[in-house]
Amino acid sequence: MKLDAHIPPGPLAEKWKQYRGTMKLVAPNNKRNLEIIVVGTGLAGAAGAASLAELGYKVKVFTFHDSPRRAHSIAAQGGINAAKNYQNDGDSIYRLFYDTIKGGDYRSREANVYRLAEVSLNIIDQAVAQGVPFAREYGGLLANRSFGGVQVQRTFYAKGQTGQQLLLGAYQALSRQIATGQVELHHRHEMLDLVIVDGKARGIIARNLITGELERHAAHAVVLATGGYGNIYYLSTNAMNSNVTAAWRATRRGALMANPCFVQIHPTCIPVSGDYQSKLTLMSESLRNDGRVWVPRKMEDVMALREGRIKPRDIPEEDRDYYLERRYPAFGNLVPRDVASRAAKAVCDEGRGVNASGKAVFLDFASAIERYGKAEAHVQGIHNPDPATIQKLGKAVIKAKYGNLFEMYEKITGDNPYDTPMMIYPAVHYTMGGLWVDYNLQTTIPGLFAAGECNFSDHGANRLGASALMQGLADGYFVLPYTIGQFLSDEIRTPKIDPNLPEFKQVEDEVRARLEKLLNNQGSESVESFHRRLGKIMWDYAGMSRNAEGLDKARKMVRELREEYHREVYVPGSMNEFNPELEKAQRVADFMEMAELLIVDARHRNESCGGHFREEYQTADGEALRDDENYAYVAAWSWNDGEPELTKEPLTFENIEVKTRSYK
Amino acid sequence: MKLTLKIWRQKNANSKGQFETYQVEANSHMSFLEMLDVLNENLISQKKEPVAFDHDCREGICGACSMVINGHPHGPMQGTTTCQLHMRHFKDGDTIVIEPFRAKAFPVVKDLVVDRSAFDRVIQAGGFISVNTGGPRDANNIPVPKEDAEEAFNAATCIGCGACVAACPNASAMLFTSAKVAHLAKLPQGRVEASRRVLRMVHQMDVEGFGRCSNISACEAECPKEISITNIALMNREFFRAAFKSEESPM
Ligand SMILES: Cc1cc2nc3c(=O)[nH]c(=O)nc-3n(C[C@H](O)[C@H](O)[C@H](O)COP(=O)(O)OP(=O)(O)OC[C@H]3O[C@@H](n4cnc5c(N)ncnc54)[C@H](O)[C@@H]3O)c2cc1C
Ligand code: SF4
Ligand code: FES
Repeated sequence: MKLDAHIPPGPLAEKWKQYRGTMKLVAPNNKRNLEIIVVGTGLAGAAGAASLAELGYKVKVFTFHDSPRRAHSIAAQGGINAAKNYQNDGDSIYRLFYDTIKGGDYRSREANVYRLAEVSLNIIDQAVAQGVPFAREYGGLLANRSFGGVQVQRTFYAKGQTGQQLLLGAYQALSRQIATGQVELHHRHEMLDLVIVDGKARGIIARNLITGELERHAAHAVVLATGGYGNIYYLSTNAMNSNVTAAWRATRRGALMANPCFVQIHPTCIPVSGDYQSKLTLMSESLRNDGRVWVPRKMEDVMALREGRIKPRDIPEEDRDYYLERRYPAFGNLVPRDVASRAAKAVCDEGRGVNASGKAVFLDFASAIERYGKAEAHVQGIHNPDPATIQKLGKAVIKAKYGNLFEMYEKITGDNPYDTPMMIYPAVHYTMGGLWVDYNLQTTIPGLFAAGECNFSDHGANRLGASALMQGLADGYFVLPYTIGQFLSDEIRTPKIDPNLPEFKQVEDEVRARLEKLLNNQGSESVESFHRRLGKIMWDYAGMSRNAEGLDKARKMVRELREEYHREVYVPGSMNEFNPELEKAQRVADFMEMAELLIVDARHRNESCGGHFREEYQTADGEALRDDENYAYVAAWSWNDGEPELTKEPLTFENIEVKTRSYK
Repeated sequence: MKLTLKIWRQKNANSKGQFETYQVEANSHMSFLEMLDVLNENLISQKKEPVAFDHDCREGICGACSMVINGHPHGPMQGTTTCQLHMRHFKDGDTIVIEPFRAKAFPVVKDLVVDRSAFDRVIQAGGFISVNTGGPRDANNIPVPKEDAEEAFNAATCIGCGACVAACPNASAMLFTSAKVAHLAKLPQGRVEASRRVLRMVHQMDVEGFGRCSNISACEAECPKEISITNIALMNREFFRAAFKSEESPM
């Protein structure tokens, strides 16, 4: 197969404008007769569904959640980027474009990323008009802060709840369309397969999670906005129910899965504390502005810490290793996520991890408290302040900046991070890989579109902070509503799709058989226990650092685990009822296949780039070694029944000079 | 720690439920939901039906987790959702009573899971600003005083969990509804359709079967996001002003 990304002609900065101006249009009277299914109500899905309905299409929306507002997007903390240049600090569309391509380690498409940077401006306008309460300055204008990997202030935020506020904005826009009847909402409905008729995506099979019934839903086009697959690793910062089923089922029906091995591991998460643990909690990247990362230099201090004989503050300055500041003097604690994560792993692999399991490093705010305390004393005209005053004033400053994060940390760990350093460790956070889409966000199946984290489009091998919200909303509000018209303009003569077509029955029967097989299995082990085991294999061999031997081993292990799963899993309850275990069982079955594809991709990519670090490909001082000559392409895979087939989409860089990323 | 759990089991909306008693072994680092995970693993290993409960983010933001723990929606800790509640706040030997949120407008789906879609319909009735995608001008064309933006934000942090309804003896949805009304009413963008919004949302609350507010303020006490009842006062003012001047009667 040859992949055509359908990048429009013209100079980079003009492509999107010109393309939009020459697109085929669908007249309002025709829009009324065209139906679109949107699966997912996160930022991408809710924004897309609302905008499509506003244009006059008939939209059916699906979410497995009880309400559209619960999508995982709600949990995003830090912020959203936009090249507004409100701070007059030299930001521009080009600079955001450049930072994103570089941050992605030169593994994304120039044209897509440029468009993303362009429409970032409209997102903020849209959100503000909807009433999203972004942080503001005293003058009443919008405030900004910085995020990792960039030198300008372009991040818009609503305290630590930016995702919540943006999602509520999109949810409210969607609610308005539901009220008019333009959108039909199917909540607690899970898409379990895709229906293709005459080569085009024409519908889905969904399970009504309350009654357990399988339903057929037909439309002229299908949009997936179903989020990422980070939960393959069992433990991640993703919400518990985030899963890959929709995207995976599409892959099984012929869509391609691109760059599945590009997984982001976030350096600052609360470490695992026991086997019972169900998920990991993110501590926002913004903390690295003021927190210093360290471990002890001496093993005896490490042991004493683990055994509780000493406290972190007992270790004198000279016996601490601020390893990020040591290794990366230019960026220090603010190196990008992939670099910070690997460095934490390295010191823990040396045996210097600071918690009982040896898998944690300190994130220490003592210096910042001291520094802010002194500055504040000066401002308040207190000369020669005593240490207690400095502490008090400094803690107040830290509280104003990060109060809610410190509180969250204390709720989970029981430790007070004002008095003792936080313990953190990297955790799986985001998946850059996803369904392959062209410039129109269309997959290789005509009529099937993918938006938000479930596509692979804009972040290359590593995503910069505050860019996922931007991409999800760009796709949903400003890209899809136009590009889907390209497909639908040729469908105006297609009558309403009939869900009684044999293709629908066929797929429904297959889904039912899959579920019944799981339910009728004579096994005795829980779904959860298998998911945990899968996660451990993935984390150990396809996590923060990978090598050929380990990946080969992992592939075998995953295959064996999958067989064992289908033999030994026990799923209680029945089909026609509310049955969360059955939901999980079906999702884990899909994770088991997707996991193998992720491993295959990681094994084939013989280079290190962004979040993909292959131990064989590193520089003498342990930095990632990219191979642009052989791997400057998007790896798009078909599943092919467990013998995945690769199609390459070469990446060409015409507007940016490809360089080595260095943060020294 | 060894715990005794008394949990409400109910097969579906139409069946009658009852309490069942379980023993579980937990440790103090676990979250409350992880403790229930342990219970469910035990039940599954005995080929019994696990306890159904709603949850997703497990970090206090999605609003999915619910349940009443020892008489308190989201349990005994202030400003804390069930998923953020940790077992170190319980003792070895404790008996814990766990039930679903109870309200006419929130029918039980199964065990501890309830249907809160009535909240979605209250928002659909008017909890939005009517702007289409692509229309708006530059964001900084609408300056908003910092204090107003912050007050709007505080109201907007409601997670739509429904604890306020579960806490209220009248099962009133005033705190939830007023939080949205206040969020939008405090912003200049939201003022334009403020009257219509409040009339419609209040009407929808009644349609859904939520009760009246009699100023007990249990909602505020149990709200995991500490949404203030001053929002209710604001909504009442908005409502009376709107009802007074509106040609569009409160339907
Ligand atoms: C803790 C955390 C903090 C983050 N902070 C930031 C940040 O500060 N800035 C930033 O830019 N990014 C951040 N991110 C990343 C960002 O939040 C996500 O990438 C983004 O929200 C994904 O949005 P989405 O619309 O693609 O999918 P989601 O929000 O995951 O939504 C998926 C939707 O699909 C539905 N769905 C899925 N499968 C099915 C199915 N089979 N059937 C029916 N429905 C289905 C779900 O119900 C849901 O509605 C953060 C992520 C995490 C985990
Ligand atoms: S007001 Fe509080 S208790 Fe009520 S739904 Fe909102 S967050 Fe939950
Ligand atoms: S599970 Fe999301 S708020 Fe508790």
